[in-house]
Amino acid sequence: MIERNITDTALEAAYDGIAEAIDATPEDKRPLFLAKLALVLANLVGDEGRIADAVSAARCDL
Amino acid sequence: MHTPETQPRTSVFYTYKIYPFRRPEELVGGAARAPVVIVGAGPVGLLTAIDLARYGVRSVVLEAEQQVSHGSRAIVLTRRSMEILQHAGVAEPFVRKGLQWSKGRSFFRGKEVYQMVMPHDSNDRFLPGLNISQQYIEEYLVDAAERTGLVDLRWGSKVTDIHQNADAALLSIDTPEGEYALTADYVVAADGGRSTVRRLLGLRMEGRAYAGNFVIADIKANIDLPTERLCFFDPDWNPGNNVLVHRQPDDIWRLDFRLPDGETAEEALERSRLAARIDLILAMIGRKVPWELDWATVYSASTLTLPDYVSGRVAFVGDAAHLLPIFGVRGANTGFQDAGNLSWKLALVAKGLAPPRLLESYSQERVTAAREICDEAAKSTRFMSPPTPGYRLMRDAVLSLSLSQDFCRNLLHWRTSRPHVYAHSALNSPSADAFITGPAPGEPALNARIAEGDHLQDHFGPGFQLLCFPATPADVAPLAAAMHASGLPVTVLALGRGAAEGADVVLPDPDGVVAARYGAAPGTAYLLRPDLHVCARWRAPTPEGVTAALTTAIAGERP
Repeated sequence: MIERNITDTALEAAYDGIAEAIDATPEDKRPLFLAKLALVLANLVGDEGRIADAVSAARCDL
Repeated sequence: MHTPETQPRTSVFYTYKIYPFRRPEELVGGAARAPVVIVGAGPVGLLTAIDLARYGVRSVVLEAEQQVSHGSRAIVLTRRSMEILQHAGVAEPFVRKGLQWSKGRSFFRGKEVYQMVMPHDSNDRFLPGLNISQQYIEEYLVDAAERTGLVDLRWGSKVTDIHQNADAALLSIDTPEGEYALTADYVVAADGGRSTVRRLLGLRMEGRAYAGNFVIADIKANIDLPTERLCFFDPDWNPGNNVLVHRQPDDIWRLDFRLPDGETAEEALERSRLAARIDLILAMIGRKVPWELDWATVYSASTLTLPDYVSGRVAFVGDAAHLLPIFGVRGANTGFQDAGNLSWKLALVAKGLAPPRLLESYSQERVTAAREICDEAAKSTRFMSPPTPGYRLMRDAVLSLSLSQDFCRNLLHWRTSRPHVYAHSALNSPSADAFITGPAPGEPALNARIAEGDHLQDHFGPGFQLLCFPATPADVAPLAAAMHASGLPVTVLALGRGAAEGADVVLPDPDGVVAARYGAAPGTAYLLRPDLHVCARWRAPTPEGVTAALTTAIAGERP
């Protein structure tokens, strides 16, 4: 399990913001949008191990 | 009966010459034994023959065709390849004909999203890239091989069988005038991606092939653009795929593009379909000019290598040994490094100056290099030609981000072929001395500017080089005596002011540029292998140390 690193308020804002961005993106462009988002966030995280943990966490229980 | 084509290939710019088949002695009853037989007169086989001749070793080169190959093929030679050609004494026509370049630009949705200028400074004689069509590469090397007087180049001669025993390899050769047998001490298989020798010996390459077919087309067109690498991702006319544009001499332009999935080679090369796409590419670069097609083919990427490049008395070089993707110009450039690595070892073994086990180091070093190149090339290929939906989505994400963001743009780097570092070679003598800069054992030698138009590597001779940075003029003589006593081909270079007794070449280093590049203090010496990789270096060299390092470098017995 990855460590908690965000306040409830900020996580809620991210939840809403990403949901609205997905809705505003044409359906066929949503995977592209999410891939870009993942790369931008990887750049902000900047740590290879933490990014690998994030990929594993996201793959769980799909 | 082997009947090669005797009509010259057609071309809109190159005049193909038919080289005559000459009846060899073996067909009229003579039965000479050749020290080295090279199968294939492509760039790598020819360079190997020329290099062997530099050491006085004769070779027979067997080529099934009677003319040079069709199309631009190898097209880009790297700086390292030019250094290898220079060291073989054949660089001059390449420099005269080729177009040197250092810059590449990549475009997405009509916008330049990436630009790279490959490093170049006054210490290098050659720019990072030189564009030249393979017809010229082969023609110049054929001419150079003929000039040696030691290369018996046999056109129209096709190998049909090969057998080996403990002390020879026996080749069966088919020709327009019948078959004959040829006995060889050693065979170099330089017969390309579909190597006959590899098939006859039942050897299998390891690695993988990539999905995706590419068209490569050479057109003659008058286009006023500079020599640089142009890459267009996802153009409107070819969604999701990319296009590469390279300038060649003689107003020839090389166009590479990936085909839509599912389209066959026959469909892609159908004349009207190909012509329509070429018009679309010219419109895309803003040059809708008339053009003529010279050559076109379809290509797919692989990263494949034999696990061992020496099989008995047969050594594999170039595409016969490995198949690498074109991205990063790895075909002929890797092959030239194979030739440079093999030829001196084979020459010393053939002359009895080094034990046969020296050839094992060829396989060890070059297979390691090929595996590294396969890893590098696979990265380029995963971006240029995404093999799966996941890679395609991430590639598209990077391209989309590159329009507005800097952080991801280096993922567009095309990873040009570079010389391998033989860091773990058994031929190296690890240095106990402290060096902060300069090439370590296994690294390629550095070039350095001595004066205007004069570079360090211009003065290298065939064989080993000892680079001395003497503290006093008397330093060099004992080291030179040790080098010359080895019986190996050597050149002793002394760098710095004043005479140095015993040196073969004395070079001024007025600005200390060479010393700085090599991290040299007064007294320092470097030993370079004949393929211009460092194998030993010292702060305070001794004759005994130099002798021991030379012995190690030829896999010899230490006394």
